[in-house]
Amino acid sequence: MSEIIESVKNLSIGFNSQKGKQISILRNVSTNIKKGETVGIVGESGSGKSTLALAMMGYIKQGLFPLKGECLFKSEDLLKMSSRQLEKIRGRKIAMIPQNAGQALTPNLKIGYQIDEALRLHTDLNKTERDKKISELLNKVRLPSPETMAFRYPHELSGGQQQRVAVAMALAGKPDLLLLDEPTTGLDVTTQAHVLELLRFIAKDTGTSMIYVSHDLGAIAQVSDRIVVMYAGEIVLEGPARKILKEPIHPYTYGLLKSIPKLSLAGLPASMPGSQPQPGSINEGCSFYDRCNLATDHCKKNTPDLEHIKELNTNVRCFNHNELINQNNNLQTSITKKSNNSEAIEVLKLKDVSISYAKQKFFDQLLNKISDQNPTVKDINIDIKKGETIALVGESGSGKSTILKSIAGLLKTKDGQIKFENDRILSSNLKMRNPNDLRAIQLIFQNPDESLNPNHTVEQILSQPLKLYFNLSGEELKKNIIDLLKKVRLGEFYMSRYPRQLSGGEKQRVAVARAFAAKPDIILCDEVTSALDVSVQAAVLNLLQQLKEDLGTTYVFVSHDLAVVRAISDRVAVLYQGRLCEIGPSQNVYKFPSHPYTEVLLGAVLEPDPDIKPKLVAEDIVEEKPPEKGCSFQGRCPRKIGDICNLEVPPWQIGENGNAIRCHINIDELASLQQ
Amino acid sequence: MESNLITEDKQKNKLEKAFEILKTMASKPSGLIGLTIVLFHVILALISPYIAPYDYKAISPNTMLLAPSAEHWFGTDSLGRDVFTRTILGGRTALTVTFFGSLIALLWGGLLGIFCGLVGGKIDDVVMRVVDAFLSIPWILAMLLIVSLLGTSTEVLIPALGFFYGKGIVRVARAATHDVIAKDFIVSARARGHSNMSIIWNEIIPNVRDAILVEGAMRWSWMLLGFSSLSFLGFGVSPPTPDWGLMISNARGLMSFAYWSVIAPIVGLSSLIIGINLTADAFAKALGIDRSTKAPV
Repeated sequence: MSEIIESVKNLSIGFNSQKGKQISILRNVSTNIKKGETVGIVGESGSGKSTLALAMMGYIKQGLFPLKGECLFKSEDLLKMSSRQLEKIRGRKIAMIPQNAGQALTPNLKIGYQIDEALRLHTDLNKTERDKKISELLNKVRLPSPETMAFRYPHELSGGQQQRVAVAMALAGKPDLLLLDEPTTGLDVTTQAHVLELLRFIAKDTGTSMIYVSHDLGAIAQVSDRIVVMYAGEIVLEGPARKILKEPIHPYTYGLLKSIPKLSLAGLPASMPGSQPQPGSINEGCSFYDRCNLATDHCKKNTPDLEHIKELNTNVRCFNHNELINQNNNLQTSITKKSNNSEAIEVLKLKDVSISYAKQKFFDQLLNKISDQNPTVKDINIDIKKGETIALVGESGSGKSTILKSIAGLLKTKDGQIKFENDRILSSNLKMRNPNDLRAIQLIFQNPDESLNPNHTVEQILSQPLKLYFNLSGEELKKNIIDLLKKVRLGEFYMSRYPRQLSGGEKQRVAVARAFAAKPDIILCDEVTSALDVSVQAAVLNLLQQLKEDLGTTYVFVSHDLAVVRAISDRVAVLYQGRLCEIGPSQNVYKFPSHPYTEVLLGAVLEPDPDIKPKLVAEDIVEEKPPEKGCSFQGRCPRKIGDICNLEVPPWQIGENGNAIRCHINIDELASLQQ
Repeated sequence: MESNLITEDKQKNKLEKAFEILKTMASKPSGLIGLTIVLFHVILALISPYIAPYDYKAISPNTMLLAPSAEHWFGTDSLGRDVFTRTILGGRTALTVTFFGSLIALLWGGLLGIFCGLVGGKIDDVVMRVVDAFLSIPWILAMLLIVSLLGTSTEVLIPALGFFYGKGIVRVARAATHDVIAKDFIVSARARGHSNMSIIWNEIIPNVRDAILVEGAMRWSWMLLGFSSLSFLGFGVSPPTPDWGLMISNARGLMSFAYWSVIAPIVGLSSLIIGINLTADAFAKALGIDRSTKAPV
């Protein structure tokens, strides 16, 4: 039994509502952090995980206050300390790594200076020692050329590098406890895998305890020794990582794990109905009662306590956990999609499409041409069949959203044509398109908070396309709106609500309903699930699939998440730096042989399984611009064969399983290399 | 059920919403004081013709420069007119002219700003440079020119003031529009093929309305000061119309021995300006566009 460095005892944190009622966000939370241990705190947004983590360093957000309980760091209560006392602990004993390092670093100070500042505050080293320490720290977080790195400004680094600098700063004070609040959310998949690998190494190397807060069970699975699952401000399950992920004995964790799309599984993940209760709305009974399929009347009336199960070394807050122990073997199941009903008719064709963000020179503007030789997106040829779901996959900067925008007419193309229905060319100027074409192609955006007008009711939002395209009004308009809401499984009473009164999943449903209001032929989905919690994501994916099966809509689905793409799409196109790398039926793209970039992406996917470690085959360098000549992936390719990759654009090769790969390596050779 | 409605955030109709905003404004002492002052002035302006004890233009050599007394509460001026009568009627002129002036400023400034913010590009560049050029002209000189050409009737003053005070609103409205223009709901409306007018009306105005209204309220108090300055210089409303600026200007020379005739209009003017300023601040806070948020400790 190793030493406990921080222990939270019966902690409740809450706020006073406008009506003077006391509402708690954290309810009776107790847990211990042992020395050298990494604890993952996981939960959906609003579960109180960040509040708990921040309280562990004695910080409570404005407007909140502790109702009862204590946070003991080495037997001193952090919540009772003065700010002077806390200053001595924060940074030196407990350090924090924020979610968005880009925003946490001061933009006009050099990296070295910012680390130096942390060292000055938290150590007693002199100037020369500190300088040595800075490059030591930068080296430790594996930043390239630490000496020159110290003289760079934050904006000169990539997101992953900024996150590494934040780790270096946190390590400066040699803390006993590191607090990580969603440190890899917002990073690209390959970068995320690298940062997690670094964190795991640091935990082992320095013996620092870590608290890792995340909504992503995949990331948690990679770093944690122990996992704490939060739901509605309570701990519902706590135990060794492997046990929690493999044999979850709480229905919420079980449902959560089932709702994560997995690479190894085709088909859509099962979704959990409902959403988390608002703070203050639970009076009696289990907080998960509404969404639980094991719930009995007993659960409605009585609140379960956290029960310790000795043989599993797990704490669980559920009366019926025994039933789940036997059920666990079917964790690896999914809902099978109806087989691809896409007809052979091609509805949308992208032919040699290039898109450039370069500013036109005055002369070119007069001639109305774009003279960029190295455009952001180049040579895109995709034929989209009616009724299929095609996914565009790639990391940030791969041009996937850019392509989507130009299909929608929001961005002009430089070269090439976009053809719609019977080879009719769609103008690249939105104003030149005819209303019927505009109606036929609809967009759904990533973030429903931004895509719905906050000052409109749901009724007003949905009436916009109906009025515009079908000139509906009065009773007919209302009837149509109700029908649309029904289609996305929302009740009639949502009509008078404003977006702020809806949950994330409900907002996205309204956005889906708005897109379907136009009775479109094609819907462009831009990362539609990445702003949602996993259980909600699964529900939205299921809804999209259902609507497609009912209405025969074609989806162009953009995502960075390979597992989500695997679940929903029929065909996948992998993009790197605005160039196509691979395209093929989705079940085949996920099988080897594949393009080296696809291989890298697949290797970096984090599965919620401690036994599946990411394979880091390529460096996580960030390339600013696509290369002028040769293969787009030449800069990072782990299988680069020589000069030919730098000079010549690779040819398309069709593999035996039907996916087209653009690589200089012979496809059979590639297959044997990747076995 | 998938909804978790917070009961405190139920849908309200417009009247209730306006009442709610007023209530929030009045909940802080500064807002309450501001609202009270403004309300006092507005009521006074409405009823002043009926409660004025004397005729505002009745000149009487017998009552020249009388000190405040029971008959003449605020004394009389150099022409023997009752200062109390002229003060309460003076507020009426100032409020009417500046209220309609600000309305005009809001309308043209707000709409032009939103339009420029939405279309951007060349049109935006040109319009904004013109606005900048106007901003660089001392407005009082330009006003003097207009007034001397067209006369000093309220029909001239209101649009002229409205024009000069609208320039600042153009910039605010444009900036507010820029904040929302990048949001996906505008992109979405564009992709659907809505016209610019429809986007302005349906998507932008509801989101920039608050910021523009607050700016308009601030402009109102500035315009009040500007209008009084014009009158003070003799280019505002023409005598014998009672007006604070004019009253201050007339009584200025007699200040050493007949202070009462200058104090009343000064108190009237400054209290109204302070009142409007406090109200505008409280209004901004109630709408949640207060930018002076504290840093977390």
